[in-house]
Amino acid sequence: MRANTIGFYTLFTKEVWRFLKVITQTILTPAVTTLLYLVVFAQILEGRVEVYEGISYAAFLVPGLVIMAMIQNAFANSSSSLIQSKMNGNLVFVLLAPISVWEFYLAFVLATVVRGLLVGAVVYVAALWFVTLPIHHPALVLLFAVVGSAILGALGVIAGIWASKYDQLAAFQNFIVLPLSFLSGVFYSVHTLPPFWQQATFWNPFFYMIDGFRHGVIGVSDVDPWKSLLVCLLFLAVVSAVCLVMLKKGYKIRG
Amino acid sequence: MTSAVTIAEVHKHYGALYALRGIDFEIKQGEFFGLLGPNGAGKSTLINIMAGLTYADRGAVRINGFDVRRDYRQARRALGVVPQELVYDPFFDVREMLRLQSGYFGFGRENHAWIDELLETLNLGDKADVNMYTLSGGMKRRVLIAQAMVHKPPVLVLDEPTAGVDVELRQILWRFARRLHQDGHTIVLTTHYLEEAEQLCERIAILDQGSICALDTKQALLSRSPYRRVRLTLADAAIELPESILRLVEEREAQSITLRLHRLDDQLGAVLEAMHQCGGRLLDVHTVEPGLEEVFMELTCRKRGEVGC
Ligand SMILES: Nc1ncnc2c1ncn2[C@@H]1O[C@H](COP(=O)(O)OP(=O)(O)O)[C@@H](O)[C@H]1O
Ligand SMILES: [Mg+2]
Repeated sequence: MRANTIGFYTLFTKEVWRFLKVITQTILTPAVTTLLYLVVFAQILEGRVEVYEGISYAAFLVPGLVIMAMIQNAFANSSSSLIQSKMNGNLVFVLLAPISVWEFYLAFVLATVVRGLLVGAVVYVAALWFVTLPIHHPALVLLFAVVGSAILGALGVIAGIWASKYDQLAAFQNFIVLPLSFLSGVFYSVHTLPPFWQQATFWNPFFYMIDGFRHGVIGVSDVDPWKSLLVCLLFLAVVSAVCLVMLKKGYKIRG
Repeated sequence: MTSAVTIAEVHKHYGALYALRGIDFEIKQGEFFGLLGPNGAGKSTLINIMAGLTYADRGAVRINGFDVRRDYRQARRALGVVPQELVYDPFFDVREMLRLQSGYFGFGRENHAWIDELLETLNLGDKADVNMYTLSGGMKRRVLIAQAMVHKPPVLVLDEPTAGVDVELRQILWRFARRLHQDGHTIVLTTHYLEEAEQLCERIAILDQGSICALDTKQALLSRSPYRRVRLTLADAAIELPESILRLVEEREAQSITLRLHRLDDQLGAVLEAMHQCGGRLLDVHTVEPGLEEVFMELTCRKRGEVGC
């Protein structure tokens, strides 16, 4: 059957418009938080740690912080939008419309990608005050930024649909998203870890987003960026499939 | 001609609770249809299944011939739903919400004129640019109606639209519903104000505990009541009435007494005769036809075997 392109586009626009209406909270606050990390960690550790030869700790840290901010905001975007719509009851307006599960999924995930890219751009530009950081492979940077945000956007849709209360959503965020993003080599290289933690990190899909993204910026990484990209794409496929199946079944939203 | 709504053997349960137990009926094109029932009867559940907001366990629902699951796009395009709860998106003002809704249905700018027309018709013109949270309940209800109409659906479902709404707004809503009906829309109304159904609906289904206990034209339903009422105005308020009349008295206030007569067992002639015998002089006799309320109580209570109904 013919796609409802306008329906999809309207939902996408609405989702972007929603977070732009509260831009302080959705773009500026996360940017400031990230910069605080940067100031603290880069100040303390500058000169003491050199992860890759010839690359300052600040230059190593910034790309990690940028993609971490993108990831966390991407998750927050779709999950909080959905849970709010569920709690307020206004999700019915979308559910009443002739919008397919694919259109629903793409609208939410792409709006999330837009939020991720905006947060990332703001953090990066602000970080330039502290460190000179040219981008080695812009295409790779964009690719990881989009795929990483999309993964977290889809995870956010899953969490937003699954959670019936705000504290369940907070639990999802605090026990899954935060640990996975912190324990993924934002602040250190995996090669500095003990063997067990190194192995554990290789099982963390977030590590590949961060490592690949960092490669795009500084040109060096722990893992071949193409391998990282492959892992990320596979992860995106799995998360998207789960998301689409949930939507198709109407899990929790078409009770 | 395809029915506007076809409901075939629909079952739905929530855990141990059977919300719908095999609902089966049709609503014809252009009908003004009433779905009545006490709270918790399953009216909203049935409407949600029609709208695809809930999936039935078993059975099928078609809107203008389109299955709500398989042909969901056409089915949803054919249906406008005004939900029972006064929901809204706090991020957007009234016009923004309506335009978004129109967009979800695949309409672009060409539909903006229709949205403005809806705002005018529902007296919302001056509220178009305000946020929903500043609006009263009645105003929110009107916005929801406009929102249900943005895609010009041939079938409009109103789930308890006048619950908690003042008299004036109720009049506006009724006028609007009547006009849509005259324009050829099929209207499905759920309400627990029976007076409302009596005034508006041509055909009525009474739902109780998940089953249809009556489905008929309004006239046929009304004639089902085994009772009718007779109001007598006595010349002398103090008169002592015989037992044969006292057992029929439902209400007595000064000179006026209301009797409840069974269609078959109690004859008005006999009552008048008895009155004459005891010397009661009548100033006036007025028969009151039964209202939907009676029929409703009769049907929904008898089934449960409740006393005092
Ligand atoms: N999502 C739900 N979960 C559990 N029970 C529900 C749910 N929705 C409705 N019910 C129950 O189903 C029955 C029918 O409810 P509803 O269709 O809202 O009735 P009505 O609209 O006629 O008042 C009620 O007993 C209600 O408590
Ligand atoms: Mg209801």
